[in-house]
Amino acid sequence: MTAYVIRNANLLGDEVTDLRIVDGVISEIGRDLDTGDAEVLDADGLIALPGLVDLHTHLREPGREDAETVETGTRAAAVGGFTLVHAMANTDPVADTAGVVEQVWRLGREHGFCDVAPVGAVTVGLGGSTLAELGAMADSAAHVRVFSDDGKCVSDAVLMRRALEYVKAFDGVIAQHAQEPRLTEGAQMNEGELSGVLGLTGWPAVAEEAIIARDVLLAEHVGSRLHVCHLSTRGSVEIVRWAKSRGIDVTAEVTPHHLLLTDQLAATYDPIYKVNPPLRTADDVEALREALAEGVIDIVATDHAPHPSEDKDCEWAAAAFGMTGLETALSVVQHAMVDTGLLDWAGVAERMSAAPARIGRVATHGRPIAAGEPANVVLYDPRATRVVEPSDSVSRSRNTPYRGMELPGRVVATFLRGRPTVLHGAVVEEVAA
Amino acid sequence: MRHLLSTGDLSRDEAVLLLDTAEEMLSVAERPIKKLPTLRGRTVVNLFFEDSTRTRISFEAAAKRLSADVINFAAKGSSVSKGESLKDTALTLQAMGADAVVIRHGASGAPARLARAGWIDSAILNAGDGSHEHPTQALLDAFTMRRHLAPAGDRTLEGRRVAIVGDVLHSRVARSNALLLSTLGAEVTLVAPPTLMPYGVASWPVETSYDLDPVLAKSDAVMMLRVQHERMNAAYFPSAREYSRRYGLDSKRMAKMPDDAIVMHPGPMNRGMEISADVADSTRSVIVEQVTNGVAVRMAALYLLLSGARTPEPTPGDAGGVLSDQTEGQA
Repeated sequence: MTAYVIRNANLLGDEVTDLRIVDGVISEIGRDLDTGDAEVLDADGLIALPGLVDLHTHLREPGREDAETVETGTRAAAVGGFTLVHAMANTDPVADTAGVVEQVWRLGREHGFCDVAPVGAVTVGLGGSTLAELGAMADSAAHVRVFSDDGKCVSDAVLMRRALEYVKAFDGVIAQHAQEPRLTEGAQMNEGELSGVLGLTGWPAVAEEAIIARDVLLAEHVGSRLHVCHLSTRGSVEIVRWAKSRGIDVTAEVTPHHLLLTDQLAATYDPIYKVNPPLRTADDVEALREALAEGVIDIVATDHAPHPSEDKDCEWAAAAFGMTGLETALSVVQHAMVDTGLLDWAGVAERMSAAPARIGRVATHGRPIAAGEPANVVLYDPRATRVVEPSDSVSRSRNTPYRGMELPGRVVATFLRGRPTVLHGAVVEEVAA
Repeated sequence: MRHLLSTGDLSRDEAVLLLDTAEEMLSVAERPIKKLPTLRGRTVVNLFFEDSTRTRISFEAAAKRLSADVINFAAKGSSVSKGESLKDTALTLQAMGADAVVIRHGASGAPARLARAGWIDSAILNAGDGSHEHPTQALLDAFTMRRHLAPAGDRTLEGRRVAIVGDVLHSRVARSNALLLSTLGAEVTLVAPPTLMPYGVASWPVETSYDLDPVLAKSDAVMMLRVQHERMNAAYFPSAREYSRRYGLDSKRMAKMPDDAIVMHPGPMNRGMEISADVADSTRSVIVEQVTNGVAVRMAALYLLLSGARTPEPTPGDAGGVLSDQTEGQA
């Protein structure tokens, strides 16, 4: 394997140094390292961050390979600076057995662009009535620790309680898609002034907050670990803050789009802005940013949700929920959090790498950039800018809500266990293991 | 005016021009030959994804009286029922050279998508989209109100008081009327049980009330909205009977209205539910007249969208152009 010396990287934005990468490991850190026969990468002006970890990605394989595959999704992830993505379970067939999660995990290894940690479904077929074989998935080669019916809420309180309890046996976590189903029947967008004017059925904040409130109390009662997916309202922030202050073992994520975009975009009736949970108000965005800075929200997770064009090139109500996010996540976080002074690069590394790896119980990712650690590293140019163009997507799908927006930053290189998956901003093709 | 998607897009001058033009169009209906050559050679497509015979034939009559070629494209029994997308339907109509598309769709915003997505260049006329808007219904309502309520010479509804009663939450008629009537200077009060009042209605340019009786006494026009049957079992109100008791308009309630106040309904009515039969058939009821005015208002909308007048000027002479066209056509 090629050895690399990365010259003059800015480590988490506070120390300029060289990094030597040999045999998949960061072997040495310091100024003016000997290059020897190593390949030298000039990282002047680039920030070095640990490889990003996404706790919430939809890779669509098996079943919707027209939207994304493990291969195309992990290529997009690498371009976005990710070295590990958690693949959500709402595939077809659903990832509710050891067989399916092992297949997805193995496809990730084979393509080699980015590690894939499959998420197991909580209930059989995401049906919300029978627990899936959580233990079998935990014991499989995929080593599943995160379980979620994402896309659907585990709304049955007894089933949620049992799931929270059951996964304690293997230190798993239930990642809840918090959405009270009866309060959101036919829901199309955030319930607020605009939904009433546009005649689009509202998705009220209380439908999210009521489930989160119930779940933190359940988690407290049974002494379990709970993770809240894509938290989107100020009220949810307050509940999680309260739960944490009580010592409840809860973590929470926010998506890049909920940190930047608001429900006002629905006025275009362009379903590129249709997502679940919906884009909320500017006040919610402010609360989410503050909570992420403060640590009440632990991580950023993309909820990368690719869809083929025909599922968005239609009327709002007929369109699919979701937006792509892997390739723009770091840029959006820089724009919303770093450039606004709310978070420094060490904070970004914590929230986009270390913390998600901890929540997913993945030992080899989200590690600090230090000698002896696995060489999962991303080099990022925060001074670059680009206008987002959907046709530039590495993902198979084009449903980015940032079309036409200028965003800061550019991933220059991504290293996965010492091998570059991205160099000079482009995917390195010959990476297969 | 390029499209007619929402009454919220209309300035007061544009709204008045539409009503004035409709006034001219109404006079056409009183002539022996009810036809103008204005849109000869233009194609108007009625694209109806929801059944609505009343609105469709109103648009059809309007387009035909302007001599346009009319194509009726109903979703049932067409390629749409075989799963064709709105986009492909639009591309087909574009290829066939539709000058205007009148669209009725169950999804809020479908007309806005047609107008903005780049699939089709035609003028788009919203004939009712989901629970969003129904602009020509509001225009014909305003037109009817103006004929009855505005003092001679007043082309707006300045100071007139209008109550809109019923399922405001799901009503595209209520939305379009609230915006248009406010633009024309009317004071609008929405009356509904709290469950059928839209979230965020406080930001609308209207008053609201949960109680019908006090509003009736100070209304120049009372518009009763249809209560859809599917609302009856969804806990919006306990029973049809209770709804009718609290929010229905019967002759006893009607007696509380000022003497010259009018009763309106966009139809189709549930007689005995939101409106009693004797009220619907009373001399105060202008419900049948609304239908007549619907054709005139739709003629005005099609004329202004298609006659090339992209920047309408609010002068009576402008609308008069329609009539000179007719003279020409008869010559």
